[in-house]
Amino acid sequence: MGTTVLEPKKKSLLNRLPVSSHIRQSVGLQRTMLLIGVVLCAVFVVAAIFAPVLAPYGYSQISDDAGSFPAQAEPGGKHLMGTTVGGYDVLSRMIWGSQTAMAVIVAAVLMSIFLGVFLGLVSGYFGGWLDRVLVVIADAIYAFPTLLVAIVMSIAINKGQSGFWGGILACGFAITAVFVPQYFRVIRAETIRLKAEPFVESAQVVGASSARIISRHIFSNATRTLPLIFTLNASEAILTLAGLGFLGFGIEPSSAAEWGFDLNKAMSDASSGIWWTGVFPGLAIVLTVVGLTLVGESINDLNDPRLRGRKAAGAKGAPGPSTAAAQSAIAANVRGL
Amino acid sequence: MTINIDSASDRSRPADQPVLEIDHLKVTFATDGGDVYAVKDVSLDVRSGEVLAIVGESGSGKTVTAKTILGLLPETATSGGAVLINGNNVISVSAAKLRQIRGRDVAMVFQEPSTALNPVFTVGWQIAEGIRAHAGGAGGKRVSAKDAKVRAIEALRKVGIPDPEHRVNYYPHQFSGGQKQRVVIAAALALNPGLIVADEPTTALDVTVQAEILELLRDLRDKYGTSIVLITHNMGVVADLADRVVVMYQGDVVEEAPVRVLFAEPKQDYTKKLLAAVPHLGRNSASEGLRERAHQGSPVLVEATNLTIEYPGRLGTPAFKAVDGVSFTVSPGEVFGLVGESGSGKTTIGRAIAGLNRTTGGSLKVLGYEMLNLKERTFKPLRKNIGFVFQDPAASFNPQLTIGDCVAEPMIIHTNPSPAQARKRVAELLESVQLPASYAQRYPHELSGGQRQRASLARALILNPRLLIADEPTSALDVSVQAKVLELFKEIQAEFGFAALFISHDLAVVDILSQWVGVLYKGKLVEQGIGSQVMGAPQHDYTKRLIASLPVPDPDEQARRREAHRALLTQ
Repeated sequence: MGTTVLEPKKKSLLNRLPVSSHIRQSVGLQRTMLLIGVVLCAVFVVAAIFAPVLAPYGYSQISDDAGSFPAQAEPGGKHLMGTTVGGYDVLSRMIWGSQTAMAVIVAAVLMSIFLGVFLGLVSGYFGGWLDRVLVVIADAIYAFPTLLVAIVMSIAINKGQSGFWGGILACGFAITAVFVPQYFRVIRAETIRLKAEPFVESAQVVGASSARIISRHIFSNATRTLPLIFTLNASEAILTLAGLGFLGFGIEPSSAAEWGFDLNKAMSDASSGIWWTGVFPGLAIVLTVVGLTLVGESINDLNDPRLRGRKAAGAKGAPGPSTAAAQSAIAANVRGL
Repeated sequence: MTINIDSASDRSRPADQPVLEIDHLKVTFATDGGDVYAVKDVSLDVRSGEVLAIVGESGSGKTVTAKTILGLLPETATSGGAVLINGNNVISVSAAKLRQIRGRDVAMVFQEPSTALNPVFTVGWQIAEGIRAHAGGAGGKRVSAKDAKVRAIEALRKVGIPDPEHRVNYYPHQFSGGQKQRVVIAAALALNPGLIVADEPTTALDVTVQAEILELLRDLRDKYGTSIVLITHNMGVVADLADRVVVMYQGDVVEEAPVRVLFAEPKQDYTKKLLAAVPHLGRNSASEGLRERAHQGSPVLVEATNLTIEYPGRLGTPAFKAVDGVSFTVSPGEVFGLVGESGSGKTTIGRAIAGLNRTTGGSLKVLGYEMLNLKERTFKPLRKNIGFVFQDPAASFNPQLTIGDCVAEPMIIHTNPSPAQARKRVAELLESVQLPASYAQRYPHELSGGQRQRASLARALILNPRLLIADEPTSALDVSVQAKVLELFKEIQAEFGFAALFISHDLAVVDILSQWVGVLYKGKLVEQGIGSQVMGAPQHDYTKRLIASLPVPDPDEQARRREAHRALLTQ
């Protein structure tokens, strides 16, 4: 109705941030899955940040005041998760490994987001030969298996082996090369869709420059799906990093702890009944990936009004908000606002 | 439970027994904003051979009511009360029973015929689908593909598709929009249901096609005694077809009356307001009493000479001429109304003047600038003299920016004001479009459709343009909101004195605003002249047909116009 006046509600920051707003609006199974994901991610992040405090030993420590660590010691006592064949403490390497993984995710995803978003906006908005060339390049990169591209990049950057930051950057660049096409594609598709929206046309009609239209009108509307791609890509980045480490293109054990590398070294242990060297790093990879994927998939479902679960109508018995206000809320939600 | 396959024998109910009875229907939707009571308490009935119109504006619950009749509500809805069709309560029957009721006892005609038909199957197959789905139940024998096709051909013949034996094998894209709607109606008729629910059956169609479909629906009622529940917001359609009218507002029935009574003496205030807001062709004309074209003293703002605009065809197909040799002028201070049906090229012309489309031939001079060789750099300084109002107010604002930022944008681009100046000017403009200045801090989704369209007008006018292009600015709005926006437009135009190109498909709306009217048909300007003369005494055959097919919101007058329209077609 034309005369309905809606009181604008200023939502608190907590309500507008991607993940916390999703927790609030979710119900039932969707909420459980999202919460499990958030908890797993939180454990991962806390472990990464506080690794020096949490880990009983250093990642490359093989002895303490009491002497050298025993090799392949069973879990228990001084070494809660046992030690590896080289005498490393499994628990410590698991915790330090989260730091490496986190650093790689941040480096890789940040680099690919900036590059991918920029190229996607420019390519989608201007179109023409630039667009065609970029799409062909992105498709070509897509055609290669992820790990193969990552291996080639890692060898090209620093011959496959290096120290902590060198290794992280090498992995980061390798993963960036794989992910840029994904961000590029998503942002380009959104840009092409938004280019035809009346609000972009109305900016064109008043004479706004292309730079202004891209930065002010398209950018903020095109990047809404980024939290989703971010979480999904983060899990893929961990798998790629672990894959690189497993194949021996990762970071040397003396410069950082790396789950994939540990898994590789645990291969020969498995056949001789030494389970702890493989299970714990493997579990770390699996739980982190599951956590990130749960968060990503839940956000995806909750962003889509058709997939989002709701409490059944009339379940509470209490009178709901006025029809007009609620209806504009639906309308807004349907448009993805 | 035995199921009667032969639908014809279902007709043998007493004449006075209602085909459909809705008793205290209540529908609630679960949403993120809490429960929404879409239908609060609706009771109505439909008798055999009766056309019941349910009218109301958006959000009134009319479509939800219609969907409940077929049990088509989404999972998020819970409903109470009863919807009785031939003694079956649709709300509480099992899914299997509901499938039997659908198609056999009640069928639906959807708003958009091009999406209601599946493009990968022939229309014959789609009509037969319903026939075959209902045979083969307990005691019935399966209908062979051949028999089903024969019945599909029969259904197509009933709805007036020429050469049905041949056309039954056509795919939906081979039919025009009006014919597609006929096919949808044929599919609904295939099992001879006693009741058809038509949800805005003509809204997506042009007026000339709308007239044909209304004629067809009337025939069905007269020849086969089919009852029709007609859901619409168009009072002209109601006056043309309905026997009885139910007016809905925010989920409740406001008034129920026979059609003549409702239009002649509406009882409720809401109904009166609604009827008063409906634009009526020939009343309240902007050009009333004008003898010659006004505002001709000064040099023209827009001059089109043999303007041609082509869209490039696909590989191997010739280019499509959207605008073909059109010549017209718009003078300062004048409101030029451009009417035409879909595909007539009216929007293309408006967009070309704003520099959103390129012209391909002839000449189009906008404020003295030749648009044929448009260079954005040289045209940009002129853009501050042109305002543009888009059709969909929901989509024409960036959802991430406040109304104030959106309205101020043209000013920021062209005059680089200080933030305080911009705020002051935005407040002034919002006031002139009758919005509180505090709305500048709101986001577009916090405004209603009519408010957004006013803000859109404010944005177009912030630089005091000499020319305003309004592309269907009111067609996405409800009638009562439309009436207010039109009135505002008229006032502001008188106050600011800009020239306007007003583009619309609605003749009555154009007549209210513009002194000079041009009629477009398939890219050609077939007629232009003083508004009241074009509407009152059209010269070109197409204009005559267009005006005759427009239903007016008055049952008696519409009955006369219908006869005149028939006579025109049989000439």
